[in-house]
Amino acid sequence: MTARVVIVGNGMAGARLAGELHAREGDRKVTVLGAEPHRAYNRILLSTLLAGRIDEPDVELTEAAGHGIDLRTGVPVTAIDRSAREVHTDGERIGYDHLVLATGARAVVPPLPGLDPADLPERVVPFRTLDDCRRILAAADGARSALVLGGGLLGLEAARGLASRGLTTTVVHPREHLMERQLDPAAGAVLAGTLAGFGVTVQLAVPATGVAADADGVRLDLADGRTLHADLLVLSCGVRPDTALAQAAGLTVRRGVVVDDRLRTDDRSISAIGDCAEHDGVLSGLVAPAWAQARVLADVLTGTDPLARYRPQPVVTRLKAAGIDLASMGDPVSGGPGEELTFTDPARGTYARLRIRDERLIGAILLGDNPAVGTVIQLFDRGHPVPADRRALLLGRALGTTGATPAASPALMPDAATVCQCNTVSKGALVRSWRSGARTVDAVVAATRAGTGCGGCRDAVGGIVDWLSQAESVEVTR
Amino acid sequence: MTLREDDTGVTVHPRQFPTNRGGLCQKGWTAAELLDHPERLTNPLLRDPATGELRPASWDAALDRIVTGIRAIQDDAGPDAVAVFGGGGLTNEKAYALGKFARIGLRTRHIDYNGRFCMSSAAAAGMRAFGIDRGLPFPLADLGRADTLLLVGANPAETMPPLVRWLTEQRRNGGQLIVVDPRVTATARQADLHLQPLPGTDLAVANALLHIALTEGWVDRTYVAERTSGFEAVRRTVAAWWPARAEQLSGVPVADLEATARALGTGGRVIILTARGAEQHAKGVDTVTAYVNLALALGLPGRDGSGYGCLTGQGNGQGGREHGQKADQLPGYRKIDDPAAREHVAEVWGVTADELPGPGVPAYQLLDSLGTPDGPRALLVFGSNPVVSAPRATRIERRLRDLDLLVVADLLLSETAALADVVLPTAQWAEEDGTMTNLEGRVLRRRALRNPPPGVRTDLAIISDLAARLATAETAVIGTAGTGSPGARPEAVAAARFPADPATVFAELRRASAGGAADYAGISWARIDDQDGVYWPCRTEDGPDTPRLFADRFATPDGRARFHSVDHRPAAEEVCATYPLHFTTGRVLTQYQSGTQTRRVPALRRAAPEAFVELHPDLAARLGVDDGDPVRVTSRRGELCAPARLSAGIRPDTVFAPFHYPGAGRANSVTNDAVDPISGMPEFKICAVRVEKA
Repeated sequence: MTARVVIVGNGMAGARLAGELHAREGDRKVTVLGAEPHRAYNRILLSTLLAGRIDEPDVELTEAAGHGIDLRTGVPVTAIDRSAREVHTDGERIGYDHLVLATGARAVVPPLPGLDPADLPERVVPFRTLDDCRRILAAADGARSALVLGGGLLGLEAARGLASRGLTTTVVHPREHLMERQLDPAAGAVLAGTLAGFGVTVQLAVPATGVAADADGVRLDLADGRTLHADLLVLSCGVRPDTALAQAAGLTVRRGVVVDDRLRTDDRSISAIGDCAEHDGVLSGLVAPAWAQARVLADVLTGTDPLARYRPQPVVTRLKAAGIDLASMGDPVSGGPGEELTFTDPARGTYARLRIRDERLIGAILLGDNPAVGTVIQLFDRGHPVPADRRALLLGRALGTTGATPAASPALMPDAATVCQCNTVSKGALVRSWRSGARTVDAVVAATRAGTGCGGCRDAVGGIVDWLSQAESVEVTR
Repeated sequence: MTLREDDTGVTVHPRQFPTNRGGLCQKGWTAAELLDHPERLTNPLLRDPATGELRPASWDAALDRIVTGIRAIQDDAGPDAVAVFGGGGLTNEKAYALGKFARIGLRTRHIDYNGRFCMSSAAAAGMRAFGIDRGLPFPLADLGRADTLLLVGANPAETMPPLVRWLTEQRRNGGQLIVVDPRVTATARQADLHLQPLPGTDLAVANALLHIALTEGWVDRTYVAERTSGFEAVRRTVAAWWPARAEQLSGVPVADLEATARALGTGGRVIILTARGAEQHAKGVDTVTAYVNLALALGLPGRDGSGYGCLTGQGNGQGGREHGQKADQLPGYRKIDDPAAREHVAEVWGVTADELPGPGVPAYQLLDSLGTPDGPRALLVFGSNPVVSAPRATRIERRLRDLDLLVVADLLLSETAALADVVLPTAQWAEEDGTMTNLEGRVLRRRALRNPPPGVRTDLAIISDLAARLATAETAVIGTAGTGSPGARPEAVAAARFPADPATVFAELRRASAGGAADYAGISWARIDDQDGVYWPCRTEDGPDTPRLFADRFATPDGRARFHSVDHRPAAEEVCATYPLHFTTGRVLTQYQSGTQTRRVPALRRAAPEAFVELHPDLAARLGVDDGDPVRVTSRRGELCAPARLSAGIRPDTVFAPFHYPGAGRANSVTNDAVDPISGMPEFKICAVRVEKA
């Protein structure tokens, strides 16, 4: 049990850890120090905010409060004193028994002429924080066009958001296809087509070479000699873990702060989670692993489960933007043994590619209208065996699991077939009632009680009575 | 329905009534077959101490045995050593009399009922959000004109077929029906959109739907500001339930979540209904609350043709929970720990408030304490069969066997009655007058067609007889604060206090409920006849009843509905390597509850003769199981053996069994007894199992 926990960072990881600690038994003091001045917010909703579909308060998350939680926002940590077990803020030293770094990551400003990371022009904004979002919205106010540099997940969400505000939007991406880490070229092409439908133009395979900005607009120079003009430029060129504090404190840092399965750094009293942490050589950069880490660390720190260990789960990437439905998981691209299922309908913006090995999904790309996407994600996530009939993965519920069986001709229906479920009346019983003299639907219903429950089989009963009146008319009139 | 009796017996005839519009399912059509059923009990049975067998006995002998037993146990261990267990099928009059008998006849705090296994989660969620719990706060007919109807964990096509007529009408009017169910049920097959979540993830689905409503601007901000409180906390909680997160947890595609939210958020008249699928969980109250939050955020409750409701299950599931057979309640849906409520009811009952016991414990906790050192040593059961219907039934069966005295009043020898020391034969529905309150909060009449057969007594008569005998044996107990005239014989006082005549009981119920949430003061049997039922609250005989609640205000102190921030949490028992599959339970069309009655009707027995285990063909193939093969379903608590029924309509990670059957096919041998912390509802709908060929 740890009495004083200090969490540096009130982002998706830090705030979540505070909540996890708050939910567990025990007396402890938890201090959360957030550099940003805002309440904890959901970074995932920033592109929705950019799109103008929600207001700022709608991105706020639940914050742990009371029961020993001390949350301070707008308080950057300047240094860690490991020997004294203190963190320094501007004007205060806060002691800890355990320190958690949840400092996140910063947007990368590409090394282009005209871009000084310390002094970006007003119309050039990275897309990472709520303040970034405010700056983009300020620049977009009255603007008619926007450029987005970077065709990864976040860049495309930003582009979709700006386009839905009515801005003519162009995405510039140096690679051959969009989201190259998650998609294959065919999916990238379908996605580009989908974006075009929303008014987002995509320029591929062309690096930018320089930026010029003034009060009137932004010019982006491209390697092929073209220049693009717009009212604002959004930078979405990836993120870099914020490891400055850890580095200065002498903790082991590679790309991120190196942690073990218990999320511990090489100082037993210091952990790191979320975007700033590097576990087993991997920077996760997504919410799900950050929250899994928060849960494990809370279990360990509170003694709820001292043996808890972080085990990375396979990652599912989901592009979240109006009108675009994209899921990518595992390794959908590289070759190797196994089965491959594909379905492409570019006209409707649908693409599916699934790879299966040993009856398990090892990767998938699903773009557009794929009714089985939920099933595919769960099978991949949980490592469950795939269906014997693989079409279910591509066509989902469309595969005869729902919907009424087409009404067969009464003549072909076996006598034992149940026509009325509510009163368990078989076709045979209806025929017998006919033969006993019931000659109308009402008479058959009165004799058998078919159709008197939910009433759903009335048409079927009517059909059988019609069929009987034709098929048996000779016999009846005899 | 109406009944006719002639030389050939009693026959059932459908009645054009606004609720079912003349529809009856097979259970209704065949209901009269139980009246003269050969297995019907027509004599009390007493367990012979020498042989251990149940033998016919006289009423005097049976009642004496009960009274002697109760007296000995209470003398030794205090009044709480005797407990009462009721049922949601009892009439309002019986439910009322039973609660009163427990509190001032037996002076025990221990009374609860099987409705705890049925409605309690929705009831608790409704109480905390709206300040009142009426299954549907609007007439059932509103379903027929809803633009969007969302059914969560409800399968009326099998559990309540006549209700489907409203669904059919709704879709004929161009409405959209959306069903949330882990199985492709008969109801789901009729839906325009079926969401098929992993069991135990309904709450996350609701939070994601509200998340989408927020991001799409469908939240009714004016309504939220003017008619509710507590939205901020909910908004922040659902901000963390972006649709892709709910998709990964539940398996419901984002596109389907969005389509559902759109239908709810942009429809004109929108109704959200929950039923047992959402409610029978250790997080049932929170799950219902999540759907109530969604309804409130969209501004539905109180809007004409819109709202949230719960589909009440048992025949008198609504009325049965209003008049005091719940551990924490007094008549009129009053709280037993509310001093004003105690004063009022005590006055009607002719005792002082101090004499009323405090709250007891919820059903499962009560059953699980029976025969233990601190638990009751005697139990009186009316209208319930917990041996089949309680979770972790093997353990509950053991608890019942550990009792010093088990008394069961029933019309047939149920599995619970078979364990009893004394079995009392009771009248059936066609043999007694009374009232029931249906899922709309509409109070209806039940009319006696004939007298009970010789040797059979009504529940009210049994309660009256027991009260009189208890009073004779112990004058001091019941006479102390009595209103009886000086010198009146105690048994006469007790008999007056516990009348066997339902009309007299109802008159008293009206007074006891007056001023409460479920106020019946203005409801007379004559008015029920005149109006085709009367909706509570109805405060005066010449005042209006209340078909629609919440038009102007909610039943909370400030008149506002209350949001409660609720978050997903895992099931009480999650799957693991040893128990890798989810197990869920439910109903089949032709059986009712524990099947005591329906399993004895030949036509119903033929339709659904035995338990089965529904599983996906892919899972069956992996297990080497063919359709019809016997399979064993094992959990940490017990096992169930039944034939496999293959169905592509169930998720391959989930198996299903109906709960109506006893013995080897008893689904509740497997279920989890984890309960909801607020409602006491057991987690019938999800636990972890393994399945193998038997």
